Amino acid sequence: MAIEVRIPTILRTYTGGAKSVQASGDTIAGLIADLDSRHVGLQERLVDGSGLRRFVNVYLNDEDVRFLGGLDAPVKDGDTVTVLPAVAGGAR
Amino acid sequence: MVTLGGQMRFDSILDSVGGTPLVGLPNLSPGPDTRLWAKLEDRNPTGSVKDRVALAMIDAAEKEGRLHKGATILEPTSGNTGISLAMIARLRGYKLICVMPENTSAERTQLLQMFGASIIYSPAAGGSNEAVRVARKLAAENPDWVLLYQYGNEANARVHYETTGPELLADLPGITHFVAGLGTTGTLMGTGRFLREHVPGVQVVAAEPRYGELVYGFRNMDEGFVPELYDDSVLTSRFSVSAADALRRARQLVHEEGIFAGISAGCVLHAGLAIAERARGLGQRAEIALLIADGGWKYLSTGAFAGTLAEAEAKIEGELWA
Repeated sequence: MAIEVRIPTILRTYTGGAKSVQASGDTIAGLIADLDSRHVGLQERLVDGSGLRRFVNVYLNDEDVRFLGGLDAPVKDGDTVTVLPAVAGGAR
Repeated sequence: MVTLGGQMRFDSILDSVGGTPLVGLPNLSPGPDTRLWAKLEDRNPTGSVKDRVALAMIDAAEKEGRLHKGATILEPTSGNTGISLAMIARLRGYKLICVMPENTSAERTQLLQMFGASIIYSPAAGGSNEAVRVARKLAAENPDWVLLYQYGNEANARVHYETTGPELLADLPGITHFVAGLGTTGTLMGTGRFLREHVPGVQVVAAEPRYGELVYGFRNMDEGFVPELYDDSVLTSRFSVSAADALRRARQLVHEEGIFAGISAGCVLHAGLAIAERARGLGQRAEIALLIADGGWKYLSTGAFAGTLAEAEAKIEGELWA
């Protein structure tokens, strides 16, 4: 139980308002399933049949998991996972 | 040593867009086999990489017959694109209306007004997503206005394919990595595609600013936004960089290399240094080009370069800092 998962404001209704929660798993998919066992409904907001939802970004130690194997990206104790909605960016 | 350069005379300011210098970062580079280079896009006429994009989008719209003398251009922008468009619109005889989030720096408003642009502010919550939404609504209500729409305008990516990419390859034939900020994604898509076609194995790395919670403050996940230009097959990795890391690195650029750049440059440097360390750990040679999108001037009023890092971080919380 030693992977920190940071939750964006709009999904904190699932975590009782908590900004970050602990979870465990060997992959991002396993981690999300573990999260969902305690924060029911979260998985459905993050994942659909084809993988991560289009407007959901998940970062493993600040790196986008889509470039690390997606839901199969391996995770380990001590990692930090950050969930963020996709935004249009800044000074553009 | 000051040297005599090549031809540096141009018929007008618009003819001088692009052709920016690539400078080494000898003090920040981990070693002789792992080198960092900075492409200084602040050396464009209005001080940012967006001069390339704005000129290309206006040229394309003129060619397509979408723009005629006196026409009104509408664009969602948090700053740099608007400033570039404002300067060009003034020279070419167009009006410009920018839709800009209210939480952007004071300098941007002043620069836009100086060039004669009008500004419509969009709510801070939701950041640029909200500016895009407001601009689309206005465009639908005013069919005679021309929405260039940098997030989906192919000229945005194309100009980087045609200029930024070839410039980089000419100056750094041994390039192994290209790192740039991710916003409209035009810089990464265009430059990335060009480099991938010409440099086997080149890595194309996105550095994405991670904003404060206010910017992500929309009501549900479905209000998220992915630019139409974005194609993730062009990238090899994508980093999310916090404001604290971006600020620290922007100051490091000043202190160690004498380069006064915008906060997004700190974001790009942070990702570049991570890539450099990784390459060095694997014993791989790396020539890493960082795209420095603008200078630091427009960010002075944000407090980014004054006081302690913690103070600066507190000040830009809730701002669109890149």
